[in-house]
Amino acid sequence: MSEYILELKNVTKKFPGVVALRNMSIQLRPGEVHGLIGENGAGKSTLIKVLTGIHAPEEGEIYVEGKPYRFSTPTESREAGIACVYQELNIVKMLSVTDNIFINKAINRPKSIFLDSAQMDKTAHEVMTRLGHDVDVRKLCGVMGMGVQQMVEIARAILIDAKVIIMDEPTSSLGEKEAAQLMHVVRELKESGVTILFVSHKLEELYEICDRVTVMRDGEHILTDDIENLDNDKIITAMVGRTFDKNMYPHVDMARGEEALRVEHLESQGAVHDVSFKAYKGEILGFAGLVGAGRTETMRVVFGAAACEKGEIYKDEQRLSIKSPRDAIKNRIAFLTEDRKGQGLVLSQSIDINMVLASMKKFSNGFWYNKSLAEKRAKENINDMKIKTAGIHEAASQLSGGNQQKVVIGKWINTDADIFIFDEPTRGIDVGAKVEVYHLMNRLKQKGKCIIMVSSELPEILGMSDRVIVMREGRITGEFNASESFFNQDSIMKAAWGKE
Amino acid sequence: MNKKNSLSKGVNRMGPCIALAVIFVVLSLAADSFLTVNNLLNVLRQATVNGFISVGMLLVLITAGIDISVGATAAASMCIMAMMMRSFQISHPAVLIPVCLAAGLVVGLCNGLLLTKLRLPHPFVSTMGMKSILSGVALLVVQTQPVTGFSEGVLWLGKASIFSVGNFSGIPVGFVSLIAVYILIHIMLTKTSFGKQIYCIGGNAEAARMSGINSHRVLIIVYTLCGFMSAIAGLVIVGRGGTANPTSAQSPYDVDAIAACVIGGASFNGGKGTVWGTLIGVMVISVLRNGLVLMNATSDVQYIVIGFVIILSVLIDVVRTRLEERAKIRSSN
Repeated sequence: MSEYILELKNVTKKFPGVVALRNMSIQLRPGEVHGLIGENGAGKSTLIKVLTGIHAPEEGEIYVEGKPYRFSTPTESREAGIACVYQELNIVKMLSVTDNIFINKAINRPKSIFLDSAQMDKTAHEVMTRLGHDVDVRKLCGVMGMGVQQMVEIARAILIDAKVIIMDEPTSSLGEKEAAQLMHVVRELKESGVTILFVSHKLEELYEICDRVTVMRDGEHILTDDIENLDNDKIITAMVGRTFDKNMYPHVDMARGEEALRVEHLESQGAVHDVSFKAYKGEILGFAGLVGAGRTETMRVVFGAAACEKGEIYKDEQRLSIKSPRDAIKNRIAFLTEDRKGQGLVLSQSIDINMVLASMKKFSNGFWYNKSLAEKRAKENINDMKIKTAGIHEAASQLSGGNQQKVVIGKWINTDADIFIFDEPTRGIDVGAKVEVYHLMNRLKQKGKCIIMVSSELPEILGMSDRVIVMREGRITGEFNASESFFNQDSIMKAAWGKE
Repeated sequence: MNKKNSLSKGVNRMGPCIALAVIFVVLSLAADSFLTVNNLLNVLRQATVNGFISVGMLLVLITAGIDISVGATAAASMCIMAMMMRSFQISHPAVLIPVCLAAGLVVGLCNGLLLTKLRLPHPFVSTMGMKSILSGVALLVVQTQPVTGFSEGVLWLGKASIFSVGNFSGIPVGFVSLIAVYILIHIMLTKTSFGKQIYCIGGNAEAARMSGINSHRVLIIVYTLCGFMSAIAGLVIVGRGGTANPTSAQSPYDVDAIAACVIGGASFNGGKGTVWGTLIGVMVISVLRNGLVLMNATSDVQYIVIGFVIILSVLIDVVRTRLEERAKIRSSN
């Protein structure tokens, strides 16, 4: 019996032109929660794929409980006791919770080819309840929240008696409450002896849950240590390979200007109730709240992407009639959506096309596309925002997450908007790129633009905003100024959770 | 990495050309009469109908849509023109040709409106319905009888040739017009903001909408253009055979057109495809059909061979997409 339940030894995985893993080693002790952190492109995804049998490494060994393994398919990895909850969940939305849990392990009635649905429902319900979700397991997964869907994946792992569960950014799409629930489940799993590899971008989570943490950079192992011996500085320095600017949130103090946007009594599809707020020039207005609190919906209504049932929108004291994103853009409102790949980028198209997508009129005379002008602007954008790319003709799909996000921001900057709505602007991008996005927001603010930032990351909200509005269940439940003494995590959380 | 990317891109672009060349060489060896000037001119003539339909289909495919009604549109357009001639005794080409083109335009407009304004979920179903309607309309307006006796002006596009001297049968006007149209559409796709918008809508409709692109307008124009191209194809059909036959609505024009586009690099996922690739695809199908006839292959064999080519080309598309995705995964790690 080995000291480690899972060990990766000197693994190298090469892709054409890139070494994704270089002599990488990691050891998991039985029953520990092991954090794995690294910037985008550090090789975390490849590491996971090697462990789950999706990629076969060129060199190195994998040991499970001291026994050497060579996974060539995901099934082999699963049979060795390794399960993975991917960031983008593997859930069939049109199937019930039960069917999803038993998707590759259905139970038949004794000596029969027919399924034992009663037994499966019962087991599924037991597991889901144990995971803190007493839901109707016969309902479709698609109607459940992200939190439940994620638990379905964890339930799958439990039912195959996984010894090691890999969780890839498990909280990235969860609200605070659901994330807390997940942490609770992770602790329970740990107590029952399951080992967890917890991949995360969020430092606070590592402190909260992990016993040990491994930092990766450029496909290599940088350090592994007990969490007690680590702090922000140590981890970030190891991740980026340079001393990190302690001020992660470069807030700029300046007097705000005139009112830029006023929203009155907005109402929409049961998701937004009587929402009124004002936003000013030269200000970053943060929107905090749990996932599903109606923040994104509110912004979609303002931008004309969702129907407005009631309410008025004023810009510079002028009443606007916004029926579509086109109308909003004409009125110089920009909306960086939270779903970068689904709503922000045309992945198959080149960077320059994506950069001018929302301001096509400026880069054509109404008929001819002004290629040289568009390319010139795209080059300026790339230099300005330090986008790492082989060139403006590279397809957007080839960029890393952070650089993709910068392209989308560039697209909106090119519209010369007055009001910028940024919905989760730093989701899923690495720490370095985050700071650069913050600087971009500050530059817009200093130019007198009005910035609204919807974010589920409280430190970011507190660090960057001049003012914060909190929403819960479609309503505004609080407003805080950065100058006020109760501008802190506690008061915002209370407003968001509705607890005293 | 980049070198490799451009290399594989080059192979993708060259693939259809290589396929065309191989088929060409094989047929030259297999059928004596294939590699003669007049037969090759015949190939061009036969390519014209599919050529016009394919370029319309290409636009629709780039937007991630499809138009099953193209063949029926061609047939209905020419039959409506035939009805004008037979029932109203109008024979002047200056009236008949615009009627034919307008019919195709209206059908395309309807397809576009069905997709955008009525929000029918996928154009496959609505254009399939349209195909059935138009097949019926084609039969109805000419009382199921083929119509002949068009004036030379109407037949000109499909029949006439230029520079015909002695034995040389001349370059078909229809094919020359086809090339002209291809150049125009190529310019539209690559040099105008409208063309860029077509690709962006096909690449990611939601991102295009959220970027303020008027996707409804773009889609309506694209389907209208597709109907228009089908009507031109209808004119060519009339010119080639001298008849407007309502039953041609059932011919597999849609299949040939989709096949040509896919062979040429278009994808059902949208956002991809070029005019020149499509032209190669059109030639592949035309050369194949011509060669099979020369080798005395009966129509059953033709169907089977063309079917295999279509499946093969879709297979190539799938493999190509998979390779590209793999390249993406590699570079994103």
